[in-house]
Amino acid sequence: MRRLETAGAWLLGILWILPLLYAFWTAFHPPEFSTRFVLAAPLTLDNFRRAWEAAPFARYFLNSFMLVTMVLAVQLVLCTLAAYAFARFDFPGKDVAFLLVLVQLMIMPDVLIVENYRTMSRLGILDSIPAIGLPYMASAFAIFLLRQTFKTIPRELDEAARVEGAGPLTVLWRVYVPLARPSYLAFGLVSVSFHWNNFLWPLIVTNSVTSRPVTVGLQVFSSGDQGIDWSVITAATVMTSAPLLVAFLLFQRQFVQSFMRAGIR
Amino acid sequence: MSRNAVHAWLLVLPAAALLALFTHWPVLGTLWDSFHATSKAGRPAPWVGLENYRVMVADEVFWRSLVNNLWYALGTIPVSIALAIVMALWVNSAMRGRTWLRMAFFTPTILPMIAVANIWLFFFTPQYGLLEQFTSIFGMASRNWLGSPDTALGCMIVVAVWKEAGFFMIFYLAALQSIPPSLAEAAALEGASRAYYFRRVVFPLLMPTTLFVLVNAVINSFRLVDHIVVMTKGGPNNATSLLLFHIYQVGFSFWDTGYAAALTMVLLAILATTAIVQFVFLDRRVHYQ
Repeated sequence: MRRLETAGAWLLGILWILPLLYAFWTAFHPPEFSTRFVLAAPLTLDNFRRAWEAAPFARYFLNSFMLVTMVLAVQLVLCTLAAYAFARFDFPGKDVAFLLVLVQLMIMPDVLIVENYRTMSRLGILDSIPAIGLPYMASAFAIFLLRQTFKTIPRELDEAARVEGAGPLTVLWRVYVPLARPSYLAFGLVSVSFHWNNFLWPLIVTNSVTSRPVTVGLQVFSSGDQGIDWSVITAATVMTSAPLLVAFLLFQRQFVQSFMRAGIR
Repeated sequence: MSRNAVHAWLLVLPAAALLALFTHWPVLGTLWDSFHATSKAGRPAPWVGLENYRVMVADEVFWRSLVNNLWYALGTIPVSIALAIVMALWVNSAMRGRTWLRMAFFTPTILPMIAVANIWLFFFTPQYGLLEQFTSIFGMASRNWLGSPDTALGCMIVVAVWKEAGFFMIFYLAALQSIPPSLAEAAALEGASRAYYFRRVVFPLLMPTTLFVLVNAVINSFRLVDHIVVMTKGGPNNATSLLLFHIYQVGFSFWDTGYAAALTMVLLAILATTAIVQFVFLDRRVHYQ
């Protein structure tokens, strides 16, 4: 019975990884072997070279990198400040304000594409990297996660620092931020993978090579003049997923624990 | 106001301003715009009352998208939750190769949906695709999985389940790890079978996780349409058009902002209902601690 179960688990595991293996096979073999699985098929990087030359992927990667860094940096600063206020201050309107923050957990910017597009248009920043990031920069999820973490930090530490004459921001920076490091790591990984992978909103607001992230670049590339050269498209697909995939394989434990931590509330 | 309160509001202000500008304001703006026609050539949009909603009731594609979305949710959510529980039980057990299994199940989660969609697009391709090659071994007739209205939505469900099950597995894994081992030992002493122990002890303890995952799964089924854009563009004959995809088309292919706003209101109503359900059943503890 146990053995049967192990076999079932392995079967499902193989089934789960199969589409990915399939993609790797196609990407690393010449087109004539893209669906012929012979062990003697020669390995090649030619598909990657052709994909890289056919579209400005270097620029797309740079755009994605800038987007992800910018979003994460702003999120960390703004949400740390807000979470600190919600965790350790009493102020009029606190409960209502916090409820209003939580609204974003349900109604994410992903569904407000029509109105946010109009806002970006009024601000005159359509087709720019900040336009992709702005709706996500005040993250309810980050505020929520950090508030939960800050609440677990003993007040005595806070008060001790205050007695020493430290102001609220110094206390935040010296006491709260260092102690919340695991939560920052968790949020950071979730945020980076979300924004690296995000597609629909960037597709809508961007329109040129200088602002498109890799996901949109990949779509433009694979639906464009490539026809159905699957080997090249698959190579490009593998390429766009590679940074996260490599990071995940290297830091599996941190990834899994971060996603876990981010989900428990 | 005390000095403390002023400090607190100053801390909250930057985040609050961005939230107001890109979440609360757009929600109100959607409602406002849904009562207006789409503005043309820079002139202000005229008030049309419920006209957009009247158009919506008569819009077959809207109804099709809504029904599709419900089937999509019904097809995706129970299967991915059931699979997630099974995966978590396996990965949490003393099974050989469980680290490898955890990696295999979780990997789809961190891949971009658009990359996933490209891979599956190839998988489903007529004649060349892996699926066709596989079915032809068994002598099954060739068919266009994504090109036929009977199977296209099913294919989208398969992709979504594949992408999400491993993500949900993580939450079940966390929940399983928090169940004290003494419970399993006690059950074993009492001679309870593993199935009985799971049904009467583990599954009830997983209930809060299931509710949490359920809410997330519902939101995701209305929020994520990347694979639709890449794989089918809502076709064939709107068989895979989901609500958000229809909004995207109306808003950014036909540029009918007023009508897109009315459609968005439906989506917002669905999400608000989900939020209320969650609030009543699940999150009371969290908000008012």
